[in-house]
Amino acid sequence: MKFAVIVFPGSNCDVDCYYAVKDGLGEEVEYVWHQEKNLSKYDVIMLPGGFSYGDYLRAGAIARFSPVMEAVREEAEKGKFIIGICNGFQILTEAGLLPGALRKNEGLKFICKTVSIIVENDETPFTTRLKKGQEILLPIAHGEGNYYVDDKTLKELKENNQIVFRYKENINGSVERIAGVINKKGNVLGMMPHPERAYDSLLGNTDGLYILGSIVDNFVKGGV
Amino acid sequence: MNKIWRELGLTDEEYEKIISILGREPNITELGMYSVMWSEHCSYKNSKPLLKYLPTKGERVIQGPGENAGVLDIGDNLAVVMKIESHNHPSAIEPYQGAATGVGGIIRDIFTMGARPIALLDSLRFGIPDDKRTKYLIENVVAGIADYGNCIGIPTVGGDTYFEESYKGNPLVNAMCVGIVEKDKIKKGIAKGIGNPVMVVGATTGRDGIGGASFASQELSEESEEKRPSVQVGDPFMEKLLLEACLELFETDAVVAIQDMGAAGLTSSSCEMASRGGVGMEIDLDKVPLREEGMTPYEIMLSESQERMLVVVKKGKEEDVQKIFKKWGLNAATIGKITDDGMIRVIKDGKIVAEVPAKSLTEDAPQYVREEEVPKWQEEVKKLDINEVKPPEDMNKVLKDVISSLNIASKEWIYSQYDYMVRTDTVITPGMDAAVVRIKGTRKAIALTTDCNGRYCYLDPYIGSQIAVAEAARNLCMVGAKPIGVTDCLNFGNPEKKEIYWQLKNSIFGIAKACETFQIPVVSGNVSLYNENEGEAIYPTPVIGMAGLIEDVSKICTMDFKKERDVIIILGENKGEIGGSEYLKVCFGMVKGQPPQIDLEKEKRLQELVLKLIDEGLINSSHDISEGGFAAALVESAISGKKGAKISLQTSLRADIELFSESQSRALITVSPEKVDEVLKIAYEHQVPAQKVGVVEGKDIVIDVNGKRIIDLPLEVLEESWRGRIKWEMERN
Repeated sequence: MKFAVIVFPGSNCDVDCYYAVKDGLGEEVEYVWHQEKNLSKYDVIMLPGGFSYGDYLRAGAIARFSPVMEAVREEAEKGKFIIGICNGFQILTEAGLLPGALRKNEGLKFICKTVSIIVENDETPFTTRLKKGQEILLPIAHGEGNYYVDDKTLKELKENNQIVFRYKENINGSVERIAGVINKKGNVLGMMPHPERAYDSLLGNTDGLYILGSIVDNFVKGGV
Repeated sequence: MNKIWRELGLTDEEYEKIISILGREPNITELGMYSVMWSEHCSYKNSKPLLKYLPTKGERVIQGPGENAGVLDIGDNLAVVMKIESHNHPSAIEPYQGAATGVGGIIRDIFTMGARPIALLDSLRFGIPDDKRTKYLIENVVAGIADYGNCIGIPTVGGDTYFEESYKGNPLVNAMCVGIVEKDKIKKGIAKGIGNPVMVVGATTGRDGIGGASFASQELSEESEEKRPSVQVGDPFMEKLLLEACLELFETDAVVAIQDMGAAGLTSSSCEMASRGGVGMEIDLDKVPLREEGMTPYEIMLSESQERMLVVVKKGKEEDVQKIFKKWGLNAATIGKITDDGMIRVIKDGKIVAEVPAKSLTEDAPQYVREEEVPKWQEEVKKLDINEVKPPEDMNKVLKDVISSLNIASKEWIYSQYDYMVRTDTVITPGMDAAVVRIKGTRKAIALTTDCNGRYCYLDPYIGSQIAVAEAARNLCMVGAKPIGVTDCLNFGNPEKKEIYWQLKNSIFGIAKACETFQIPVVSGNVSLYNENEGEAIYPTPVIGMAGLIEDVSKICTMDFKKERDVIIILGENKGEIGGSEYLKVCFGMVKGQPPQIDLEKEKRLQELVLKLIDEGLINSSHDISEGGFAAALVESAISGKKGAKISLQTSLRADIELFSESQSRALITVSPEKVDEVLKIAYEHQVPAQKVGVVEGKDIVIDVNGKRIIDLPLEVLEESWRGRIKWEMERN
């Protein structure tokens, strides 16, 4: 199977995604420049972290207009697996592919550390290697990770089992400590923590492979 | 012109020298060019005669001082590129932009050499954060570094931070960047090829930062606030694009020479490249993409707008360059060409507006050997009668106070604002003896550190500077890396004052002696003088940035205790030295005494021993013993390993001195019980004293001295004070 890592001007975890797939999963992966309009040859699309367009306006607010985003939307509709991490999550919310928005962290500071994440939904194609309630460790590195949804949408998220990850502790002020959500259809995941930074035991943590590995397992089984 | 040169920071003698070079009076543009190029910041006119004492050669050295950055061979056709630079003055008056552009500038120095930047470090010095201004400086310097480094996606993996009253009005912000390049792809700033086009690439040129280099070469005072427009404004997104575009450009064969447009902007990049290549350069200012209208030649030549590069391109390759920069949405404009007459010729509206010999701006800059004098207070501050220092009753409290002192407490509040993991190469993250960054696709890794105890240098610049080098090297050895190169940032006061020049000279001699003994060359660096506020100089602070090489990244060691029942061993000798110590400052408010002595040969033996023990896999943890002495090192290893320790010391020293002496050339290691004999034997062979002092055990720190219980505290309590201090300090009113 073949992964695409979308590169926006200002993406900087593109390298992290690339090596997590190549060395962590042993799967094929390519960088795809944001001007690309056709993503049909890829099986999984990754929107990496970083500061697309400097994030000077609002994180992800400009990147959503990149030509590649139309192709991302098309592939999402086809049911392909799409994962947005950190800035990628922000772009997916800005593009309307995922509900909610990401605000500045409650403490107004960038936070880089490894934190405990609780699995809320183990039935998504991204979490089948995990168990509901399981606690894993993942790095976070963001200044705008404070997830917000209004009450009505929150209710819907719960009804549809769309909350996939929560922080164990309140890290950044996110509503109900939400760290990652999935779309209704179940093929587009957005999360602030970085599974792609936890793929190599040399770096002291391989918990990210639960998530990236689940994608591989479920693709073999035929996708959504 | 009414002695306008004085306002630009030139002396009357320097002005006369310009007239004799040109054979006429310079015009305002030319005068501006000389004023920035002959400033201390660009010319090193006060420090150059001293810097030649530093050892700069070695078998790994591919590029020593004089280029944008130093380059060291690490085998496998790879090289490490490294440099440190100060941004002290800008950060003092505009901390956020000052610090941010410091980071941006040093990153450009690295990728200019053709290297991919892989790590950043920051060496910071602030006053005590008990007033609003100091907190504002800390808050914004850290945010400036964070926002720039995080956005551009280069991990900030380490550094050091000290808080001392002497830095209150003049904080130090030294940024270091390290990159990796394939040896055959190294780029240099040597202009060549008559007729080759000169291009400016990256951002547009505006009015920001004009005269920044001159401003950096003056003392700070109340009027400095007016120099705020001299501070540049950073755009990390622009620099990220510039970085990627340049690295893509280097994959082609279009580039002849390239240089960052940092301090003194277009002036320095043009004359330095031309001067190195022995050629001239003609520049047409009408072709420089400008940010605003009506800019004068003076402003364009002196602008320090960030995120720009000057590139000499092979004739006919201009379009290839433009194509790459267009992809990244950046400017690439041909603004001139290489000439054969050695002149920098600047044209505007078809007329020559400046015409000066390139070398006169660089090589002909004046050099000064200043007068020196031992400061009158020097002998006085070295005096310390140990009997005046009464040992405190409650040693538990002392331990808590020492490990939660600002200089020893966890710097997590700072480094958790930096993305230290991006690029997924950071094997050892901040807070340990040294950071370790692996090189993907190889077994190699690079260890990095910055060190300097300014207090020691204040008490004795010669010894303090040797210690700075020794400690940096020791920190690298603690993680299993062999030190290979130094980049130094010499932060001092006004060298025109005899006492300051004496400090500078002795400090450089100290660095030279230590580097020679350890055979670690200085490959790049920066000098920052005039670090004074209202006439008061900072502590002499020669920050040592050092890189070490790890051949096999699977063999590294860290400082955290690993296993219960592991035996704790102290390597090296405690000579009972509390002069200049953290203990003396924290518990008695004293900054005095002789700093610890340093025997460089002993230090070398200790470092070789630790490297051998790590290489043979004989030890489970290793930690440098430095500020706060054995006790602080013990607590740090215990906290990071989440395990307590039971210690029993036999000593002829007073208990407080035994615990908090900062004697050099020592390390705290832990060893599996079955390997202790072998470790002791190897230590003996290296002529390094080794003493079993206890075991890793439980959840408390328990220390007996000569059979008497001195310390008994839950690790949890110590951790809370150590981890929370700086956050608490920054958040309280």
